Amino acid sequence: MSGTTTDDEARVVRPGRIAVIDGNMAAAWGAKLSRPTVLAAYPITPQTPLVEYLSTFVADGELDADMVEVESEHSALSVLQGASLAGARTFTGTSSQGLALMYEPYIRTSTLRLPIVMAIVTREVISPQSVWGGQQDAITVRDAGWIQIYVEDNQEILDSIIMAYKIAEHPDILLPVNICYDGHYLSHVADRVEIPAQEDVDRFLSPYSPSHIKLDPRTPMSVDPLTPGDILMEYRYKHVRAQARAKRVIEEVDEEFGRIFGRPYGGLLERYRLDDASLALITLGSTSGTAKVAVDAARNRGVDIGLIKLRALRPFPREELFEALHGKAAIGIVDRNVCFGWMTGVVYAEVCAALRLLPDQPPLIDFVAGLGGADITFKHYERAISLLQQAASGRTVAEVTWLGIDFEPGEEP
Amino acid sequence: MSNMRRMKLTGSYEAPIGTTMYVVNTGDWRYQRPVTIAGKCRKCGLCSLYCPTGSRYEEANAFATDLRYCKGCGICANECGAAAIAMVEEIRT
Ligand code: SF4
Ligand code: SF4
Repeated sequence: MSGTTTDDEARVVRPGRIAVIDGNMAAAWGAKLSRPTVLAAYPITPQTPLVEYLSTFVADGELDADMVEVESEHSALSVLQGASLAGARTFTGTSSQGLALMYEPYIRTSTLRLPIVMAIVTREVISPQSVWGGQQDAITVRDAGWIQIYVEDNQEILDSIIMAYKIAEHPDILLPVNICYDGHYLSHVADRVEIPAQEDVDRFLSPYSPSHIKLDPRTPMSVDPLTPGDILMEYRYKHVRAQARAKRVIEEVDEEFGRIFGRPYGGLLERYRLDDASLALITLGSTSGTAKVAVDAARNRGVDIGLIKLRALRPFPREELFEALHGKAAIGIVDRNVCFGWMTGVVYAEVCAALRLLPDQPPLIDFVAGLGGADITFKHYERAISLLQQAASGRTVAEVTWLGIDFEPGEEP
Repeated sequence: MSNMRRMKLTGSYEAPIGTTMYVVNTGDWRYQRPVTIAGKCRKCGLCSLYCPTGSRYEEANAFATDLRYCKGCGICANECGAAAIAMVEEIRT
């Protein structure tokens, strides 16, 4: 459960309809309420029901959009590029090997600055053959220029997709956005979700009307000509600048969404019981729920620990992490992925870089966990918190612990 | 963006849009140049058909080369059936 519960008094709009739906249905509703006019997708586990739900919405006349049935993920995103260039709001989703097959148009979507929104229903990459959870797929493409937001529960999937269009289409940003949600843990598990009314979403999100890049015979533009290095550098710089600006816009959009619908998520990151904590955990995605329960239990035992739920991996909230973690005695990062060659997880490596100028460097410990659908349990978090306490008290603790397969001598699972 | 200096930007577009033709000066690539041997040229025009930069043109007695864009590839010399083109090293001081 997200730590940001609905505050009925604070919000502007009436409560939405309550439904008990899985994460794929929450994503389909988030897309539907955002009124895309062109959809294209190719089914892949665990995203498949998302495609079925969207097709059903279109077939039943509940969503006025063209659903293009394509022969591959490469085609799915290519179709959306054309549609977006013609001025359409678009949506798709994929997972794992589908994302890998999509990589060529994936990178071009961001460099063409097309504000496409795409769910990544995160799944382990193969091999070994696996269809289960993990975040290696989305994490691996983090440097392809998209904005990437990771979410904790089904409500946050729905809300974040609506917010994603507002961020993507903002005139200072004009970048595609991934909403990344854990395959199976969220995609196939039902949860209470409040579905906002269409007219309230319409008030929050105005129609898409591009002028920066479009194919329009009335105002012809030559899109993506052969571009020499000095001009290409200028476009890269503008792309990087848009990523930097997105930090502010993600926060503003979250604040506005929270004000209207009563559900703020913290923007780039959520701080959970953090401010008076001396120990901190950093999590990404659905495991944040288990982590919060473990933090609460540790607090009850008198351990002053808090949590950062990282929402934005791109843009990476470097300054915000630095500010939030200043003065902490030990910091633990939970990575549902690995950084091949660093022998750690990716989030760990990036947090290290972000915190390199912290005075009195606190110990940073990485916990690689939950790969390929392995659970990250309450017990794992108890162990992680115990290791953090040991590190804070000056004991030498290994840089990386692989929760579930890595035990101290004499320790039992 | 605290970590960035001010940039000198020349274009107003945010996405890659073409405003003018970006002309690549292929003449800068040349390390050898085609020289037509006037007496041998039969003015068949084959060299101008094969030249990838459109640099061969007709003159009164023979075909000649527009050196602004000739990249020195030597295709014209290779295709000329009359062996009327010699490739000569380009020396710039
Ligand atoms: S191909 Fe040779 S002969 Fe023919 S026009 Fe060119 S230089 Fe002259
Ligand atoms: S050397 Fe190449 S570019 Fe130059 S005139 Fe001959 S064919 Fe054309």
